[in-house]
Amino acid sequence: MAEEKFRVTIDGIPVDVTPGTTILNAAREIGGDIVPPAMCYYSKLEGSGGKCRTCLVKVSKGSEKDPRPMPKLVASCRTTVMDGMEVQNITSPEVVEARKGVVEMLLINHPLDCPICDQAGECKLQDLSYEHGAEQTRYKFPRRTFERIDIGDKIQLHMNRCILCYRCVYVANQLTDQREHGIISRGDHAEISTFIEKALDNDFIGNVIDVCPVGALTDKTFRFKNRVWFTKPVDAHRDCPTCSGKVTLWYKGADVLRVTGRKDAYNEVEDFICNTCRFDTKQTQDWILEEPTKIDKDSVITANHYNSFNPPAVIEQDLVLQAANEEQLERTERLK
Amino acid sequence: MQALSNRKKVIEQKPMNFWERIYLPAIAKGLGITLKHFFKKIPTVKYPEETRPYSKNFRGQHSLKRDEEGRERCTACGLCALSCPAEAITMTSAERKKGEEHLYREEKYASVYEINMLRCIFCGLCEEACPKEAIYLDGPHVTAEYLRKDFIYGKDKLVEATFDIKKLNQEKSV
Repeated sequence: MAEEKFRVTIDGIPVDVTPGTTILNAAREIGGDIVPPAMCYYSKLEGSGGKCRTCLVKVSKGSEKDPRPMPKLVASCRTTVMDGMEVQNITSPEVVEARKGVVEMLLINHPLDCPICDQAGECKLQDLSYEHGAEQTRYKFPRRTFERIDIGDKIQLHMNRCILCYRCVYVANQLTDQREHGIISRGDHAEISTFIEKALDNDFIGNVIDVCPVGALTDKTFRFKNRVWFTKPVDAHRDCPTCSGKVTLWYKGADVLRVTGRKDAYNEVEDFICNTCRFDTKQTQDWILEEPTKIDKDSVITANHYNSFNPPAVIEQDLVLQAANEEQLERTERLK
Repeated sequence: MQALSNRKKVIEQKPMNFWERIYLPAIAKGLGITLKHFFKKIPTVKYPEETRPYSKNFRGQHSLKRDEEGRERCTACGLCALSCPAEAITMTSAERKKGEEHLYREEKYASVYEINMLRCIFCGLCEEACPKEAIYLDGPHVTAEYLRKDFIYGKDKLVEATFDIKKLNQEKSV
């Protein structure tokens, strides 16, 4: 039997997908600007999504058989496509307005301490609020605050910054054999916590750092070491007995400041990596380097990175000057 | 040959007469001009002691500001270094320990903050980038030095002196 395909149109672009695909994943198959942003959905984690509401879209035509539009905006990460469905994302002013409201809602209790936060520069909430949010907050009440706690000796939890996306909970559930943290309390009092400050200790628990879309769970070994945009990401791999060993090394000069999983365009890791790779092997000789990680050219991480030597036209002919300049570039790169 | 434009002037060099040959009147005339300037207003100022009024938006040496409680405002976020077109700024951040709350405003601070004044072009982009209002180019001209290493200004030169905001306000009201 030939595989049945559903035709769905997102912002006027048709795409054929297998039944059961969500609107978000159909949009990701098209790619580009029309992909709804997602803070809580993580394609590698089963059951994630539906929490943050940033991926709201408008379904202007339900399906071929029932062409009525859906009455409300729907979360695209949880809504599966129907044949002939028409979806509006950025073409609908209603969606843009709703998303602005969602961002404002997410930022209500977010401390906006980006100058301090280690996640700044690769933070999805930062990108989201920059692209979709309002310039000013209207919230005048004190934000809820927590003491930051160390869960385990390598992971730090800043509950202030948490947006309750549940990703870290799913990671602990699906990657490790015993989950020791979760969401406690309800509504405005909800918080990520371990049961009486128990340490998170598992080979794969370091992945909660990678999946956290904000700076709530951060790497203590990288804490305040440097800003993300001053480091250079390089893809590398090693022969690891527990995980795939494919990582991104973040270099500053000759030092590896931190190790993360390789992230794709939607900020999702390709393979989850183990704690040994993440925390304990921070020497170049532990790794086999591949190539510099490809970074979106608009990302702040690309700022001030000169990987190749491009002599200006003036000295292109003068070999002595070229050699001197190359030496200078090498020296400054080393000092960085 | 006839000049084409007719604008050419032929200068005739005559031999000097007796008064011109003894030079004395010319010397007296020249000294007179010099003497006249003794009684004129001096157009220059004696710079380090005396300064001309500066424009309000003059950009001089950087200073790292303190808040009203005398704590350093800088949190070493690195945005000044990122925005710096001359790449003159470097910094190392550190975490504030317990008991240092009166020294640093935020939980992170710059333990080392260096500006290379030879690289700096005083464009003021660091000032603009700073989210904490911690850096301003409100100082005087950067002075000359003999060694290149002396142009790398550390926190000892950049952080402004502690002040008491209450006293400052009193002075203003008096």
